[in-house]
Amino acid sequence: MQSASSPSIKVENVSITYRTAYEKLPTLRTTLLRLGRREKLVREIEAVRDVSFAVDKGTVLGVVGANGAGKSTLVRTIAGILPPTEGRVEVQGRVSTLLALGVGFNRELSGRENVILGGLAAGLDRDELEEKYEEIVDFAELDEFMDLPMRAYSSGMYGRLAFSVAIHMDPDILLIDEALSVGDAKFRRKSFERMRQLCAEDRTIVLVSHAFGSIRDLCHQAVWMNKGNLEMWGEANEVVDAYRDFLGVKEDRTDKEDL
Amino acid sequence: MSTTTSTPTDAPEQGPHLPELYRDDEYSERHVYVPHKVGLPPMGHYLSLVWKRRSFAFELSRTTMRAKHFNTVFGQLWLLLNPLLLGLVYFLLIDLIRGHGRPVSFFAHLLGGLFLYQLLQTAAQEGSNSVVRGGGLILNTAFPRTLLPLASVTTSFKRFLPTMIVWLIVHFAAGGGVYIEWLWAPVIVVMVTLFSAGIAMFCGALQVYFRDLSSFLPYLLRIWMYISPILYTWEEVPAKYKPWLEINPMSSMLACWSDVINHGKAPDTNLMLIGTAWALFALLFGALFFISRERDFAVRI
Repeated sequence: MQSASSPSIKVENVSITYRTAYEKLPTLRTTLLRLGRREKLVREIEAVRDVSFAVDKGTVLGVVGANGAGKSTLVRTIAGILPPTEGRVEVQGRVSTLLALGVGFNRELSGRENVILGGLAAGLDRDELEEKYEEIVDFAELDEFMDLPMRAYSSGMYGRLAFSVAIHMDPDILLIDEALSVGDAKFRRKSFERMRQLCAEDRTIVLVSHAFGSIRDLCHQAVWMNKGNLEMWGEANEVVDAYRDFLGVKEDRTDKEDL
Repeated sequence: MSTTTSTPTDAPEQGPHLPELYRDDEYSERHVYVPHKVGLPPMGHYLSLVWKRRSFAFELSRTTMRAKHFNTVFGQLWLLLNPLLLGLVYFLLIDLIRGHGRPVSFFAHLLGGLFLYQLLQTAAQEGSNSVVRGGGLILNTAFPRTLLPLASVTTSFKRFLPTMIVWLIVHFAAGGGVYIEWLWAPVIVVMVTLFSAGIAMFCGALQVYFRDLSSFLPYLLRIWMYISPILYTWEEVPAKYKPWLEINPMSSMLACWSDVINHGKAPDTNLMLIGTAWALFALLFGALFFISRERDFAVRI
């Protein structure tokens, strides 16, 4: 049942805890070696604690907070990649993700193969993809690079392709995690325009960013995450103001130039 | 072991939320994410997601093969030449160890068994790496992760098919004929493929927890091969060892396989039933193990 008034993302009392091992890569060898010593090298990380908020259709929600505040974890849970430990997340519509820049792309494969694989994994069928492929390439302006392996791409090209794929997946909900810092000013302007256009079409966007300028400029609402807690949820400018005061930094020119 | 206790902290009552998971159909595209213990998602829904995205597994298999240049002439040739050379090495070795005079038909037996075994071997090796290698996609996109090891099985199967041409040539060269019993062969291949799929999923999930699995695996697979009737025939096995070798799931399948393709004999009913049971058991066990673990992968990669 989908009523017009129901928000497109509903996060209710969500906590996310995960265990992680101290050692970099878990191996059978280290496990066996540890067995005799009864050491426990697992640490629990409470990435998100009892967070609740909702995002209405056609809204851009900004997420701000220091590194390690749980922003990315929260977004991954909304995307359905990490299950919540407690609470409940409800999402209405097709989700497209542009999480930590570039991942999802296999560097050995060509740009074309990566676009097709990513699209199929996201649930598009082949016909839809064929249709969108040209648009994706056009938007990313990477026409002559699509058959090169992606290890030959610059980080800007990487980011452009990732963004272009994400917005062309025809998402009802677009989740973007710190991916706008790449690309030149021209491409950034273009992507901002595209996001506004998506919003006008009643799509929902969640944007994780450290750039105050982007948040102020694009977002209607924002949440501020602090050490896993939801510090504030409200109108974007107010949240950014509060967060800036908390950090005790002046919004200098570089932030404004972010756009 | 720390790795087996990855259950998230006690999930609150799931009761009221659970039915909603079933309503999460593609039309309304409504997704509800609630806590879970390490356990299974609603299987009907999960399988429908796998089916819907099957083209992803095929595409992944194709691009992996393309990345290894198996789409080129020499790449294809290598796919045929490599198992043939391997077979030759084993044949010479066996010939040397066991005295001369093995007939050419034995070479056909050896190749046939070796090629079928490689279906399992490739699936297990590729499958064990599939999840860890797919790390980027796993962190970025929500999709049924079983597609990753299943893509490895697809690759393995595609590499198996052309090797049968090599076997056919050797078979005819050794004076073998065409038998109606060959109709059994696809059944056995399906059996081994299902078995391999189970093993691939099991190894793929295990590799996430033990990253050194892929370095042990070649040795385990080599030993497994030596205790399977490939370098010798099932009939040659002394009766007192047979019960032991029967424990090996590949024994029954390979014994049937050799009877069917080399001798045109209908397979032994008992062995076929044992093989089928093993295949289904491995598939079920591998799939359930993988699926019950897969929601844990994103934090472990």
